[in-house]
Amino acid sequence: MPRLRALHGLLLLLFLLVMIDVAMAQPFGITRGASPSEVGGVTGWILAKQAEFYRMLSGLIRAAKADGSAAYTLLGVSFLYGVFHAAGPGHGKAVISSYLVANNETWRRGIVLSFASAVLQAVTAIIIVGVAAALLGATAKAMGDTVRVIEIASYSLILLIGLRLLWVKGWALLRAMGFKDRKHAHDLAHGHGHDHHHHHHYHDHKHDHDHDASAWSHGHAPEPSELAGRHWLKRGLTAIIAVGLRPCSGAIIVLVFALAQGLFWIGVASTFVMGLGTAITVAAIATLAVGARGLAGKLAKAKPGAGVIILRGLETAAALVIVLFGAALLTGYLASERLMGV
Amino acid sequence: MNALLRILSVSLLFLAAGSLAQAHPHVWVTMQTELVYAPDGSITGIRHAWSFDDMFSTFATQGLESKEKGKFTREELEPLAKVNVESLKEFGYFTFATADGKKAELTDPAPGYWLDYNDQLLTLNFLLPFKTPLKAKELKVEIYDPSIFVDFAFAKDKPVQLAGAPKCKFDVVLPREMTFAEGKALSQIPAEEKNTTMAWGAQFASKILVHCP
Repeated sequence: MPRLRALHGLLLLLFLLVMIDVAMAQPFGITRGASPSEVGGVTGWILAKQAEFYRMLSGLIRAAKADGSAAYTLLGVSFLYGVFHAAGPGHGKAVISSYLVANNETWRRGIVLSFASAVLQAVTAIIIVGVAAALLGATAKAMGDTVRVIEIASYSLILLIGLRLLWVKGWALLRAMGFKDRKHAHDLAHGHGHDHHHHHHYHDHKHDHDHDASAWSHGHAPEPSELAGRHWLKRGLTAIIAVGLRPCSGAIIVLVFALAQGLFWIGVASTFVMGLGTAITVAAIATLAVGARGLAGKLAKAKPGAGVIILRGLETAAALVIVLFGAALLTGYLASERLMGV
Repeated sequence: MNALLRILSVSLLFLAAGSLAQAHPHVWVTMQTELVYAPDGSITGIRHAWSFDDMFSTFATQGLESKEKGKFTREELEPLAKVNVESLKEFGYFTFATADGKKAELTDPAPGYWLDYNDQLLTLNFLLPFKTPLKAKELKVEIYDPSIFVDFAFAKDKPVQLAGAPKCKFDVVLPREMTFAEGKALSQIPAEEKNTTMAWGAQFASKILVHCP
């Protein structure tokens, strides 16, 4: 029985940690409670640094107009801003890390996902300002409305990815815990699953039965076909779009400002360099997450039985984090509007 | 088992830390504030003049039509002023008043608010009336954005004025700027340790304290 008690404790811990996570993530720059959000420590310092770099940008763009060498300084500051700002409103790194943990992806894939989503984020900002402002002469309000539509799409996608992962990993966890009612599980999967996911459900189902049969004989490595092909990239593409679709408001403001100074291309360069900085931070965090997951996997291998439950629990928790992020972002959006008609 | 638990909590804590999604200011406001008093000595409203920073001013005026390029008249800015004031409602106009320790209710801005455009900077002028005019020995007006998306700072020139309250005295409490040493000290606090004495938004509140006899 002590093992069972330990398991209960573990699940409670997971739940608590996820709740803390969501509570801490609440501000997002979109939820505005009546009481001030409390931020201290490293985060506070990072916030101060971001603001400092961001404030330098307008002066440097102006300076670049008269003196070309200021453009290099601008790029340097843009890079630092990106490193500190990391993934726009901040959910990007958490969603990517959770995604990697839940899917047991490699660190190389984590880096690819981080860079791809950062590039996409820069590209969306440039397209919005380039097309809407530069070509069509759209107002700030029109651009804000466009961003809002993109936001809904992006957050919904995060929620969907999370729900799908939660479904798959949650069942795997239940099975690992000895939930043997196969027929029931099967029926449910068919009853609630989306049609286009059938293949995946079947896939995971079969995969986990292998576990039941041969325990750790082949660990939790992806299927050989998955490793060899571009399957993971296809799967990761949804995550890239979900995270990278929403442009950073800072980048849009900087681009519009550069446009007004007649230096749109400098703004474009600055946006890409910001994206590079962002990607480095996100990739670093994602690599750490993958490393922690790998370590957990190794340790779990030494503990047959409980080990697999813990791993499945970790994956389920990571999936839950994505769901909660998607839901919080989406409802946060629904509850509030962006500032001052922007 | 213990090692596993440790790994697990560390990785989840780490995810939590990674998700500390905080905005930083994207808009800087330099403000001049006037507290408006009635002849009987009761305060009736708070008049704000908020100047936005150059990037936000450029962004907000992007695509707006004007007769003269690079210049905007009050009339041309009227629709933008309406959007600004209406969307500020949700945030309580970032203005929070306390009279003798009790929250004092403010209403929506009086009609006749407007935007100016000078030296490429937008300034929003509006009057926030109190729900009921009130007399208070100690009045506190705080202006801040709890989520620090907007940074508020008083103008160097005439930051605060009392209109029609000759007997009252006031103090302006400026938001704290973080010094380099503080920044360094902060960076040495472990991320998981939350320093509860630091309310980030409120720390950056600009406060007006009015004392009336």
